[in-house]
Amino acid sequence: MDPKRTHDGPVLELRAVSKEFAAHQAVSEVSLEVPRGSFFSLVGPSGCGKTTLLRLIAGFETPTTGEVWLSGQRIDHLPPYQRNVNTVFQSYALFPHLTVAGNVAFGLRGDDTSTRVARALDQLQLTGKESRRPDQLSGGERQRVALARALVMEPELLLLDEPLSALDPLLRKQVRAELRDLQKRVGITFLFVTHDQEEALALSDTIAVMDKSRVEQVGPPREVYCRPRTRFVANFLGPMNWIGNIGVRPESVRLASDGRPAVVTNVVYLGSVMHVEARLETGEGIIAQVAPDQAPEAGMGVHVKWSTEDEVRLP
Amino acid sequence: MKIRNVFLAPGAILSIVTMVVPLAIVGIYSLLSRGAYGGVELPWALENYTRLFDPLYALIFLKSVWIAAIATALCLLLGFPLALFIARSGPRKNLWLALVILPFWTSFLIRTYGWMFLLRDTGLINTILIGAGLIREPLPLLYNDGAVILGLVYGYLPFMVLPLYATLERLDARLLEAAADLGARPWESLRRVTLPLCAGGIRAGAILVFVPCLGTYLTSDLLGGSKTVLIGNLVQNQFTASRDWPFGAASSLLLMAVAMLLLMAAKRKGEELL
Repeated sequence: MDPKRTHDGPVLELRAVSKEFAAHQAVSEVSLEVPRGSFFSLVGPSGCGKTTLLRLIAGFETPTTGEVWLSGQRIDHLPPYQRNVNTVFQSYALFPHLTVAGNVAFGLRGDDTSTRVARALDQLQLTGKESRRPDQLSGGERQRVALARALVMEPELLLLDEPLSALDPLLRKQVRAELRDLQKRVGITFLFVTHDQEEALALSDTIAVMDKSRVEQVGPPREVYCRPRTRFVANFLGPMNWIGNIGVRPESVRLASDGRPAVVTNVVYLGSVMHVEARLETGEGIIAQVAPDQAPEAGMGVHVKWSTEDEVRLP
Repeated sequence: MKIRNVFLAPGAILSIVTMVVPLAIVGIYSLLSRGAYGGVELPWALENYTRLFDPLYALIFLKSVWIAAIATALCLLLGFPLALFIARSGPRKNLWLALVILPFWTSFLIRTYGWMFLLRDTGLINTILIGAGLIREPLPLLYNDGAVILGLVYGYLPFMVLPLYATLERLDARLLEAAADLGARPWESLRRVTLPLCAGGIRAGAILVFVPCLGTYLTSDLLGGSKTVLIGNLVQNQFTASRDWPFGAASSLLLMAVAMLLLMAAKRKGEELL
């Protein structure tokens, strides 16, 4: 029986999953639910355990404790080849001895293999490159082959391990948008691992922020960004001013005729916006994000203000 | 003179003196007639080569190729799992590699004699089996083709293991994860990923084993006794007991030609051989 049809709950459920390597706790008590059909991102600094978590779901590692459930079936004891989950590897891990078509067909059996390969190649604009070998492809093409090879398997869950990190910055933004479109089109749940918070915020329905082997917060990007529950989450997702235990993001801080007086210490040009760095009379630094034509000069006295609803209070 | 040539000169001279000149001499000998007490005489003759097509000698050649092929196949069968094991044994791999190379610390001749002491009728194996009451008569372990193949496999296994190890060690472990991720069981990964990607190592190992096995003379002489005559023994015989230097020279050139042809067949277009 196809579990996809009978299971209405989350496609993936982690129950208190921990992974311990020799004297090193990689993942601690992680519990997560990934809704079916969503674009879910795991974001965190390098070494936070997100890649280990992905490997636990793919089956390359076994959890020390805890359970992994896929569509209502417990899978943490199954080898990778028995899990209806596929992975796009960070380095793509394409088979160098096989052509593009050979790579995409690797996991398929049966009469419809060539049709399915052709459809997957078409979906990722790889038609015409069937007989190329991986070393004859550009970075972007290799990435699309890796995606095609995994998607052609029609997994319940697609794991993507920093698939954009090997691309140059310009291509990255373009591929990012394509990835989002692709996910919507194929309707497969994407579990996307990245250390790039901007990428995670831009792409995801839900993000989970990890730090030091734990999941700190899970929620829609906007909620996690605006209502961080820990200082780590607040700082990781973007610049944050801290005045005592009150946090406020630079884009919420305005220069105004009233408000708290401050002295501009530096002005940083960032292209579309500017960051005005100023010192409050209490001695604390604060950054206000303003349009380039509104920027004061260093040494000027200004007033800064923000509305209390943009504040977060964290110990 | 360029400095590069200065450093090239000693090796080049050594090669010419020890390789090219003797080969030319062998080539010339093979086209002369046999002297009464060894050596060579005029007139020029081609019959040393036509004699090689005599079924007696053709059979020796075929048998040599056959035995070398079996020894190579066995080395591959034994060497591949061993190389795979070493490549995946983490920090211990240097220890295992050292053990593979360890036999080279002793002369090949002495190690072959060692096998004679193990295999002969009054040797260790037969003594133990008889002592244990498992057999009455000693097993004919020595002086047959099996003993020769055993000696060759034993002697040349490291030449198979080392190039296989080198390619397996370089094999990207993520490719095996990708294969498993795409539903391939371990055996299938081995067949569809590991084996094709270490084809170069298999080829190199096969050549390194096959070529010396084809020309072997010591192993077949000591372990095969008079029953197993291979090309190497034929050549040696012509230069000693038979005193037919021109025919010995022709035989050894044919041996080299066969080895050369196989090397070229194994070399794929655009690929390095070793």
